[in-house]
Amino acid sequence: MSETPATDTSAPPPDELRTIASSTIASGSDDSRSLTRRRRHGPAWHRFGELAVRVMALTAVLAIVLIFAFVLREALPILWEDSSLHLADLFSPRQWADYDAPVYVWQPVGSVAKMNIVPLFLGTLKITVLALFFAVPLAIGSAIFVSQYAPRRVREIVKPAIELLAGVPSVVLGFFALMLLATWVQDALGLPYRLNALVASMGLALAVIPVIFTISEDALDAVPRQLKEASLALGAREWQTTLRVVLPAALPGIAAAVILGFGRAIGETMVVLMASGNAAVMAPFDPTSSARTVTATIATELGEVSHGDTHWRVLFMLGVMLFCVTFVLNRIGVAVVARLHRKLTAASR
Amino acid sequence: MKYTGRDWVLFTATGLATLLVLGMLGIIIGVVLWEGAPSISAEFLTSEPTSDMTGGGILPAIYGTVVLTLLMTVAVVPVGVATAIYLTEYAPPHSRLAGIVRAAVQNLAGVPSIVFGLFGLGFFVLFIGRSLDSAIGASEPVWGKPAVLWSSLTLAVLTLPVVIVTTEEALRAVPRDLREAALALGATRFQSILTVVLPNARGGILTGVVLAVSRGAGEVAPIIFTGAANFLPYLPTDLRDMFMHLGYHVYALATQSPNVDAARPVLFGTVLVLLSVSFSLNLVAVVIRSRSRASLRA
Repeated sequence: MSETPATDTSAPPPDELRTIASSTIASGSDDSRSLTRRRRHGPAWHRFGELAVRVMALTAVLAIVLIFAFVLREALPILWEDSSLHLADLFSPRQWADYDAPVYVWQPVGSVAKMNIVPLFLGTLKITVLALFFAVPLAIGSAIFVSQYAPRRVREIVKPAIELLAGVPSVVLGFFALMLLATWVQDALGLPYRLNALVASMGLALAVIPVIFTISEDALDAVPRQLKEASLALGAREWQTTLRVVLPAALPGIAAAVILGFGRAIGETMVVLMASGNAAVMAPFDPTSSARTVTATIATELGEVSHGDTHWRVLFMLGVMLFCVTFVLNRIGVAVVARLHRKLTAASR
Repeated sequence: MKYTGRDWVLFTATGLATLLVLGMLGIIIGVVLWEGAPSISAEFLTSEPTSDMTGGGILPAIYGTVVLTLLMTVAVVPVGVATAIYLTEYAPPHSRLAGIVRAAVQNLAGVPSIVFGLFGLGFFVLFIGRSLDSAIGASEPVWGKPAVLWSSLTLAVLTLPVVIVTTEEALRAVPRDLREAALALGATRFQSILTVVLPNARGGILTGVVLAVSRGAGEVAPIIFTGAANFLPYLPTDLRDMFMHLGYHVYALATQSPNVDAARPVLFGTVLVLLSVSFSLNLVAVVIRSRSRASLRA
């Protein structure tokens, strides 16, 4: 390694540059050969630094793997550990003693632990769908307004404001739903219970709106101007252009926004934990009943079970399922957005 | 009015949707300010809560949140910046590895926060912590229990995507000419990154750090099982101590307090502090970003 083959990279630069170069390198050596070598590879600590960069770059990959592995590690022993729980009971109804018919029940604490996770997923689904019912029209409506109608000055207020909404911690949204929304909704509709799926889903909508808005607005904004102008030039009215040209062109992006918003809503914990009432009732079509979600169940119960219990394992199993569902939704959403952007950039060329 | 007929309908409908969203944000801010502001005083910010949590201040919660996010920042920034450097400066175009890293970052951003909590408990507390305990031969858990160290590391993993994505964007905004000028002057690639690329991207990187801090300071679900405490009579001084936290304090007071009405002033005061922290951090991020963009353009 003492001899460096002379290539054009090692050709001496003009004198002026060379003085600058050697002062940047801060090398005290007059030996031009060693200077050349240093210039190409740098001192040892540079190589060490580069290695460190490459190793640290793998952290995100490692993190995803570790998250899956270590949540699974706490959940998996349920398959072979001796316990009174039958795996089928997690999913299918069972007729317990003193019950008239087979039922889906989540009652993990008690003399006979009943751990059927169907009511929990139903609660999650109910609150999530309701939240999207509020969030989707509002978020997409705002995105259309901001991308199609709003003058620049208005846009420069609305976009940061929605970013601000995205920055509101979810515990604050939960607090808002619990302390204020719940009372308002109860007074307005005359509901028997303050905390219910409806209130939780309204709070949850606030958490999801920024996600759906940002991605939809990006997609609408990325639609090439030419499409819009061509439509207007052909005599289409502005609403026709917006709804029949711009919106369809951005539709995959908007769909992805809804999918990613759905994923966010399923995984959201604090809002539903604080505002949903947390009773695991099977009332899939009653928005005013209480609901218990998967996330809220983990958050409330994990603190009270001892390490290694069947109940503990089931809670981690719920975590694994949550991880898998959001992982898939996320992959779909990201893939759709990426494809749309490729298509639109190709179209605008 | 410029719009008529159905044009007017669409304009009005979408405009109303926008107003409604902004209105909700306004209501949240307004109510929290209105009910929270009377609770805020120097004493509230600098004293400890009374034992029934309905009175006193929130100093331990502020202190805990600050310590937590500081530790998190120390852990997440080097790794996040290094990943972004790898992605922009070292990975060859269309590199498979870079594709995998990017996909992992996107997925990490979509993992529910409660799953981070399970991961923190399962990996940091039970695996790393218990392993350390058996290595030092402790009979009582020393490391293998919830602690501020484990919470901050969990949050570091959670905020990693924020730092990576904003830093990558900042590094890409540095003009190619600057890199090439440095290389032409004989700098090594690593040297050009350290002395030219990073300093020019520092505004963007700082934005990422601030956004990560804002996100990390507000998350509650990941710290419930990994270190947050309902009430602590002392300020944590050790990495292995538990800690109080503004967000967790809000959650605990609002849902577990025996007397929520009595706790209401404290509760609103705490929410106001938490909200001000995250809003001012977001504002700082916006300002830094627009400034650094302007200076790069110049």
